[in-house]
Amino acid sequence: MNEIRTIDGIRFTVNGRAVVASVPPGKRLADVLRDDLGLTGTKVGCNAGDCGACTVLLDGEAVCACMVPAAQAAGRGVVTVEGLAAGDEPNRLQRAFARHGAAQCGICTPGMLMAATALLAHDPAPDRQAVEDALGGVLCRCTGYQKIVEAVLDAAGGAAEGSVADGAVGARLARVDGLAKVTGRDVFGADGVPADALWLRAVRSPHASARFTLGNLEGFLRNRPGLEAVLTAADVPFNGFGIYPDLKDQPVLADRLVRYRGEAVVAVVGKRAAVEGFRDDDLPISYTPLTALTSLAEAMVPGAPLVQADRPGNKLIDGVVRKGDVAAAVAGAAHVASGDFTTSFVEHAYVEPEAGWAVRDGEGVAVHATTQAPYMDRTEVASVLRLAPEQVRIVPTACGGGFGGKLDVSVQPLIAVAAMRFDRPVACVYSRPESMASSTKRHPAEVRARFACDSDGRLVSAELAANFNTGAYASWGPTVAGRVPVHGSGPYRVANAEIAGAAFFTNGPPAGAFRGFGVPQAAIAHETLMDDLAAAAGIDRLEFRHRNAIAVGDETATGQRLEASAGLAACIDALRGRWAEYGASAERHNRAGSGRRRGIGIGCMWYGIGNTAMTNPSTIRVGLGANGRFTLFNGAVDIGQGSSTVLAQIAAEALGVPVDSFDLVVGDTARTADAGKTSASRQTFVSGKAAELAALDLRAKILRLANAGDGAAIVPGPDGPAIRDQGIEHKLPLAGMDADGEGMVLLGEGTFDPPTQPLDANGQGVPYATYGFAAQIAEVEVDPAFGTVRVLRMAAAHDVGRAINPMLVEGQIHGGIAQGLGLALMEEYLPGRTENLHDYLIPTFGDMPEIEVMLIEDPEPLGPYGAKGVGEPGLVPTAPAILGAIRDAVGVRVTHVPCLPHRLRAAILAKESSDV
Amino acid sequence: MGAYYRPTGLSEALDILKGEAVAILAGGTDFFPARVACPVDENILDISALAGLDALDEDGAQWRIGAGVTWSRLLGSALPPAFDGLKRAAREVGGIQIQNVATIAGNLCNASPAADGVPPLLALDARVVLASATGEREVALADFITGNRATLRRADELLTAILVPKQGLERASGDFLKLGARKYLVISIVMAAAVLPLDPTGRIAGARVAVGACSAVARRLPALEAALEGQKPAGGLGGLVSGEQLAALTPIDDIRASAGYRQDAALTLVARLLDRMADRAGDQAA
Repeated sequence: MNEIRTIDGIRFTVNGRAVVASVPPGKRLADVLRDDLGLTGTKVGCNAGDCGACTVLLDGEAVCACMVPAAQAAGRGVVTVEGLAAGDEPNRLQRAFARHGAAQCGICTPGMLMAATALLAHDPAPDRQAVEDALGGVLCRCTGYQKIVEAVLDAAGGAAEGSVADGAVGARLARVDGLAKVTGRDVFGADGVPADALWLRAVRSPHASARFTLGNLEGFLRNRPGLEAVLTAADVPFNGFGIYPDLKDQPVLADRLVRYRGEAVVAVVGKRAAVEGFRDDDLPISYTPLTALTSLAEAMVPGAPLVQADRPGNKLIDGVVRKGDVAAAVAGAAHVASGDFTTSFVEHAYVEPEAGWAVRDGEGVAVHATTQAPYMDRTEVASVLRLAPEQVRIVPTACGGGFGGKLDVSVQPLIAVAAMRFDRPVACVYSRPESMASSTKRHPAEVRARFACDSDGRLVSAELAANFNTGAYASWGPTVAGRVPVHGSGPYRVANAEIAGAAFFTNGPPAGAFRGFGVPQAAIAHETLMDDLAAAAGIDRLEFRHRNAIAVGDETATGQRLEASAGLAACIDALRGRWAEYGASAERHNRAGSGRRRGIGIGCMWYGIGNTAMTNPSTIRVGLGANGRFTLFNGAVDIGQGSSTVLAQIAAEALGVPVDSFDLVVGDTARTADAGKTSASRQTFVSGKAAELAALDLRAKILRLANAGDGAAIVPGPDGPAIRDQGIEHKLPLAGMDADGEGMVLLGEGTFDPPTQPLDANGQGVPYATYGFAAQIAEVEVDPAFGTVRVLRMAAAHDVGRAINPMLVEGQIHGGIAQGLGLALMEEYLPGRTENLHDYLIPTFGDMPEIEVMLIEDPEPLGPYGAKGVGEPGLVPTAPAILGAIRDAVGVRVTHVPCLPHRLRAAILAKESSDV
Repeated sequence: MGAYYRPTGLSEALDILKGEAVAILAGGTDFFPARVACPVDENILDISALAGLDALDEDGAQWRIGAGVTWSRLLGSALPPAFDGLKRAAREVGGIQIQNVATIAGNLCNASPAADGVPPLLALDARVVLASATGEREVALADFITGNRATLRRADELLTAILVPKQGLERASGDFLKLGARKYLVISIVMAAAVLPLDPTGRIAGARVAVGACSAVARRLPALEAALEGQKPAGGLGGLVSGEQLAALTPIDDIRASAGYRQDAALTLVARLLDRMADRAGDQAA
């Protein structure tokens, strides 16, 4: 009685179409939409109502489809993102999202659109607050929310739609992949799994440190029809991976020993329902817990157990930059400031969990997965499978956020091993807790720093020593330990420096790459000390930084003379007006005496673009096809930041054609050349330059073929481009030309490797070809009774060399500020305790300040049209600006982040008692 | 795979409860998050189709909030000012996506120490109706939740309604404040709710104040309530709050805050809540 059975079928409508779903009645509606109805526009980020990515309309009301049992859809109407567009024509709201750059990676976009659709149905003319309230149940990790709010307000307003910019370099062009993102058509890691795929699920260690033995796996399989195998360490041809060729220290599947909670122990493969149908505890795995090192202090104490047997003292690596004589400089200084600062593990919290599928491809394998680094994935998968790299093809799916966390492989080696073994496609999609437990984190840091200045407030010495908790495996630890010494002086002119970075193993999650590679942690230290010194010298904090801002002609701590494009002083100058205004506003508020205190702060940063003192070339190709169309073969994956658009703009400018004359091939290692990884803020600068060179190369070939002069115009047309030169029009004889495997009759290629020099034993050399610079200011309001902080507004001035696409640049800065705000105020990953998106807090709509972006364009001669990178710089100065503002408001010098309410309250109480 | 029942009649639902072990599912917003990356294989009793369960109505003596009433439904209902605190809490239960399907009754049955619905309903002197195949019983909410994730509901019982007695609410206002580390989608560090009934002379008579997330079960503050008796809701009301009145709270250290912080913040939050209510009362009087 009353029992609903699958066989009966559940009838409802989706996007106006009647459907009958023969699914278990308790199946999540999100899964029914995606798996049974093929509507993968609805995204699953957490399965717990924490992220809102799966928002759909159920009888017109927004609901999380991940928490609606299929049975409750019976007789009702469901609308998904696929139902918004009329045919292929996106609706007004979708167009507004595309036009405003409201979608970056696009994984939250369907949820945002559906929540906004519900709002506009009830309230056609919402104000900003109403938009935030209505969309507040959806998390975005990329945009900082501002452009989403603007898009919804624009869509709601009756105004004529602004035209989408065209044009090339400098245009606020809508993303080239924007329509795919706003219509739900973009294919992410979990979206394109073949119907005949087997599924794989890793079972992971609940212990941070343990030995384990495996029991009777055959018995486990025997009772579970649909399961094919339990893969163990013995099934992996070469069971080690890692970023550095000599540091393959992380097993694909643990071998008798686990070193962190979340480490993969075995991988179960079979039919999807069977793979999802057992509990981890059902597997015969017997753990013997060992002492776990949970902190740097525990790992560094003499005699501590070794996390990696071959790493004495648990030390992974150290690096140093040494210049001048700091002791003498400090002795002669007028003012000296010092301090100790600590930070926590920070989770990337991309809304798309790791996902992908692999399939045998001849003697090799093809891996379709979400990634930031296709060629590195290729090398890694080949190494694990003991194949030649050419036997591995990486086909990146759309990437639903990366921020450094998808530079390391996740699902790739597991599904590749299984695909080879079973000769079937094999898919794996991480759950949210699995993603959070297993993936890399930002390094917790302990930074000790001392800076000194003369009586005029000019810096004379910089000392900083940062120890990083790199977790159980090396990952990008060496990169962090190498990058921080170069940047630890801050973006300032200082003759004497001694800056060290070191990384130590613990039984924490592997700490890897996260937007800034350790520099945000170090910036908290040096910027606090700038405030200390400014106060000691009696100089305004902004003025103090301006006085010391490194400039063209100055030498860095590594002895590199900056030749061009060092616009920090210009950034600071741009902020002067707002600084005065913020300060006056805070003072006015505080005089009125409401109990809540306001304050303002400033943070500055510099950031080396590309790898540190290491080669990191990109190669891009631009072709003219036999069909008369241009194709951009671009190996740089767009993880939401917009490189596909930026590179197309650059190629278009160089070739002299509109952006829409290009077909785009992105990322596939079988079809594009190596354009490196999407990290280190390098794609615009490095791959962008390669795109410019490639397009210029193709242009030269076309003009030569047409016997046209350098000034000739290339005019795309339906039957191939026309070349107009001094009033004469040439056509290329496309039909008679030989085409390559991609159908190209002409191919231009460009390679760029930024010129750097290795660092010597004292860290002297040229680690980067160029640097980004920025200054940000913040006004905050602190509620001293609760220790809560609201960031009211921020202004961010960034020297980006040249903004290829100002809208995308703003998006990067907004998103960087959101993550910097999270770092400062709320984000703390604790293994086993914050492995979901309700205990691990990232900023929501209501936590973001109003942001004003000011772009400084001090051109970099090496970069494409003067451009350099901006991906990471947006984040680095944010936490320092906020912490400085807190200090200005309540007089508390924050030395540990996140500055959670109870911590700030305790500091305020301590200060009050010491003031008495 | 377990059985999935979605009856339309209460007696059928109660028979199922009597007959076998089932997980009760209404809005699903606690059910599914508890099963992330776990198979959903138990027997499920989906009560969302039960006739009449989504009624929100009143008789002469009390308001009755059916077990199927969602937070959004509550927000859209005309209710007297005593319910304003419950409505403010409703706006802070997850996002709108949650409020549209999550039920108030489910919030009580889930019995989280940080349940947003409990302090305002304690302040409304709410009672719950537990029905089983053998009959119905009413229990005061204050007794119903017995600990962290623990209630008096027997396995064969269904919470069918929440009752709010009208007694004392003729001239009452309600309010609610929640302290969290971010704006939206946040689990409370501390919550405070109050209902202040007034006598015909405009003095507080029978104040009810509750604090959540500072003990395994949200608690009323009888000493404070006594101190409020006979006061006018005017400036300085929050000044009547003292640490001793909150001494029975037993906050814990967790990832969101320390115990000491919670104790301290609860005092401030309750004081601010009372001050805000006094301000509003003043605005209305003016």
